[in-house]
Amino acid sequence: MVIYGYKIPAVFSLLIWAALWEIAGQLELAFIFPPLSEAIYALGGLLQRPSFHSAALQSLESFTIGMIIAIVGGVAIGFLMGRFKVADDVLGMWVNIMASAPLSSLVPVLMLLFGLGQLTIIVTVVLFAIWIIALDTYAGVRDISPSLDEMGRSFGASRWQLLSKILFWAALPEILAGIRMGLIRAVKGIVIGQLLVSVVALGRLFRTFSDNFQFEQFWALTLILFVFALGFSALIGWFEHKVEYYAGTRI
Amino acid sequence: MALAMEAPDQTDTADHIVEVRSITKFYGSDVHALDSVDLAFPTGQMTTLLGPSGCGKTTLLKIIAGLLEPTSGDVFVKGKKVSGPGPERAFVFQDFALLPWATALRNVAFGLELRGDDRSEREERARHYISEVGLSGFEDKYPHELSGGMRQRVGLARALAVDADVLLMDEPFSAVDEQTRRKFQEDLLHLLGVEKKSVIFVTHSIEEAVYVSDQIVLLSPRPGRIHSIIRPEIDRSVSPDDIRREKNYLDTVEEIWVELRKYLD
Repeated sequence: MVIYGYKIPAVFSLLIWAALWEIAGQLELAFIFPPLSEAIYALGGLLQRPSFHSAALQSLESFTIGMIIAIVGGVAIGFLMGRFKVADDVLGMWVNIMASAPLSSLVPVLMLLFGLGQLTIIVTVVLFAIWIIALDTYAGVRDISPSLDEMGRSFGASRWQLLSKILFWAALPEILAGIRMGLIRAVKGIVIGQLLVSVVALGRLFRTFSDNFQFEQFWALTLILFVFALGFSALIGWFEHKVEYYAGTRI
Repeated sequence: MALAMEAPDQTDTADHIVEVRSITKFYGSDVHALDSVDLAFPTGQMTTLLGPSGCGKTTLLKIIAGLLEPTSGDVFVKGKKVSGPGPERAFVFQDFALLPWATALRNVAFGLELRGDDRSEREERARHYISEVGLSGFEDKYPHELSGGMRQRVGLARALAVDADVLLMDEPFSAVDEQTRRKFQEDLLHLLGVEKKSVIFVTHSIEEAVYVSDQIVLLSPRPGRIHSIIRPEIDRSVSPDDIRREKNYLDTVEEIWVELRKYLD
């Protein structure tokens, strides 16, 4: 961002929002809206609570398991659709529908199916993340130059070598973009899922805080989730940057 | 210059490293790319497939490479019928087909990597061919750090490194600028003199065909058929610039142009 010739870091706009939040909070416009400073103060306390630790660990665990399943499954579905017309015909429509469907409405159904526990959270994460990963992988696979494929075959690559040494790497930039988007959706999924489930892990804390009008803690928790999602996204972004040099130069 | 004989009925492995017999290729049901093509490629020589676009020259090359299935007909390499790619043939691609995430060294060694050679062995071989094609010092560069001409040198080194008998080159210089292209042609001829390979070369440039070839196969378009076979018989002992001024060279270029222009309208 450049203002009057001064280069201003992008974080600066965050500071403006933070200041607005603080002012709005201090004016006591709404009781659900405490000043930022109080939320941050609450955050300090929250981070020391054992109940937060176990809840965060449980949520992180569900999230990680769900993401691993979503990545493995999504990449596999994307490759199948990209390489085999039959798979594309059979799966293509469904993956597209699922990727754009309002999945939050399914969470209560999942609760009925999988109970009020970790399994529901995992399934929610998978359901939110997998389709976009599959679609991006598919786009990446379809974008692979046919001559790379021919090169592999002409130098005697086996099916597995073709996949692991050529096709996977050629589609990697799109796969990573898909994972990043899937991740953000999964965080959304887990928040929505846990708010609805709200009997386990962080969802339970959210529920407790809002039921007891502890909005400082409530916002602190929200901040933690934000930071968490941004951190994850930045990590994937870093990987993407590592492969960027060839994403643009593929021929 | 002389017209060569038709392909013999019996496969003569001593003379012909690759033979195709009555190759026909349809794409779908209505695009007739090749019509009953019989051809023999002499061992140790450079044969060019030349013709206007749509004559099926790249299709024929890819069928020989085993990358495309002919609708009917057979391909023989060293007297043996083949279906699919094999280690006795190596392909050089028009768009280079390099791995963008791998260094020049790994790209050149890639054929050997697929074959399962161990690392030190294949890298030693790759280094040798990198220097053969004049890219010493660029081993650790990535394709996007190399010019078009250098990328194709990597592609050529990769094909040489697997030690195939036949090099199949699909318009290897068409994505390379004119000056680089001339230098590359000269280097290629020199290199092939050292490496003793048989080469099947596809181009749409008449000058290039006459300059590099021992034998030129002119194809006619839609469906691709053999129009004629020309042996330029150019004296390559003189300097490259003298070859390009030689009467025989110029006459052959002219004669082919007269034949090919019939198909242009």
